[in-house]
Amino acid sequence: MLSVTGLSLSRGERVLFRDLSLALDAGQAVALTGANGAGKTSLLRAIAGFLRPDAGTIAVDGQPPAEARDRLHFLGHQDGLKGQRLTGNELDFQARWLGADAAGTAHAIQTLGLDPLLDLETRKLSAGQRRRLALARLIAAPRPLWLMDEPFAPLDAGWREALGRLMAEHLVGGGAILAAVHDPLPIPAAALDLGGLS
Amino acid sequence: MSAAALLFRRELALSWGGGGGPLVAVGFLATLTTLIPLAAGADPTRLAPLAAAVAWVALALASLLSLERLFERDHEDGALDLLALGPLPLEAVCALKALAHWVGTGLPLALAAPVAALALGLAPSLAPLALVAGLLGGLGFSFIGALGAALALGARRGGLLIAAVVLPLFIPPVIFGGGALARAADGQSPLQALALLAAYALFAAAVSPLAAAAAVRNAQS
Repeated sequence: MLSVTGLSLSRGERVLFRDLSLALDAGQAVALTGANGAGKTSLLRAIAGFLRPDAGTIAVDGQPPAEARDRLHFLGHQDGLKGQRLTGNELDFQARWLGADAAGTAHAIQTLGLDPLLDLETRKLSAGQRRRLALARLIAAPRPLWLMDEPFAPLDAGWREALGRLMAEHLVGGGAILAAVHDPLPIPAAALDLGGLS
Repeated sequence: MSAAALLFRRELALSWGGGGGPLVAVGFLATLTTLIPLAAGADPTRLAPLAAAVAWVALALASLLSLERLFERDHEDGALDLLALGPLPLEAVCALKALAHWVGTGLPLALAAPVAALALGLAPSLAPLALVAGLLGGLGFSFIGALGAALALGARRGGLLIAAVVLPLFIPPVIFGGGALARAADGQSPLQALALLAAYALFAAAVSPLAAAAAVRNAQS
């Protein structure tokens, strides 16, 4: 599903890593670890097609990221929410923009317990609630590859467990996950360590 | 609803929601055109010849106001990443954003400009032409402005940078639109100048989304 070969990435003058290779098949998860600044987020952004690598190739289902943008979800630190908009409006836009139908959106609302939040402005949500709102698009619009940047960080214990279950379901359904984390993933996962600062 | 309509509706809702960008722009236009008689004296024989030109320049400046928010907010809060993973290429996203800026901000300004010009003493028979020029010119301003807004992404004091990039590009539509009104006031046909204005708007609509998308990609990386 995802194949990265000989990838080199730098930010400005600083080389993050060289010659990195990674393969991810359907049903597999990889936990991406490394010190702050080691390049976890940059690697995820490169796979999503936002960053151009210095060298190497990235293929999602055999295609470059720009051609495969309808087959992956990118869940970053920022959730793309507008403070003055209602949670329901933002969820509706995000889900439908990424291809969800009404049933998918309703399923996501139920799965992530967003129903009581829909009439609130997004600026009134807590960090954990915002993360659940951001996760809703992954559930509403099924796409095979999930790129997740510290997905557990703002969630409470109960929702961490729930997200673990959702990730496991995604793998069972033939999906794949590449997640940057500092703690071990609650699902069976291979590990890729980017190490410290290079 | 198609993806394009979905994005267009969101952009319109964002421009009107919280802060009411279009209202601020119209208020700016009204204030600017009110300041002219205060500075130049209220003598109608001096003001009337300049009425159309003043309203037209005020329209150009007012359409700059809300440009800073066109891409900057989506860049800051990460929504651009989301937009880039949607069903439409980034070029189409940029075009839709510019189009929504025209409909959300350009239309109210095009309606307000003839009113301001009439208040300064424009001949009422020229008001429809001022509206048409405002609509065509506004289309060009929105698309060229979107390019400027995309180029200024990530820069500190992006608003100033947008003005510096965009104002020189506003010169042709200001000349064509002002020319159309001046010729009509002299009793000549304004069609040639209007055609040039329309050509400029079409050129901006064709070229600016491509350049803006490249600038957005650069800012994302």
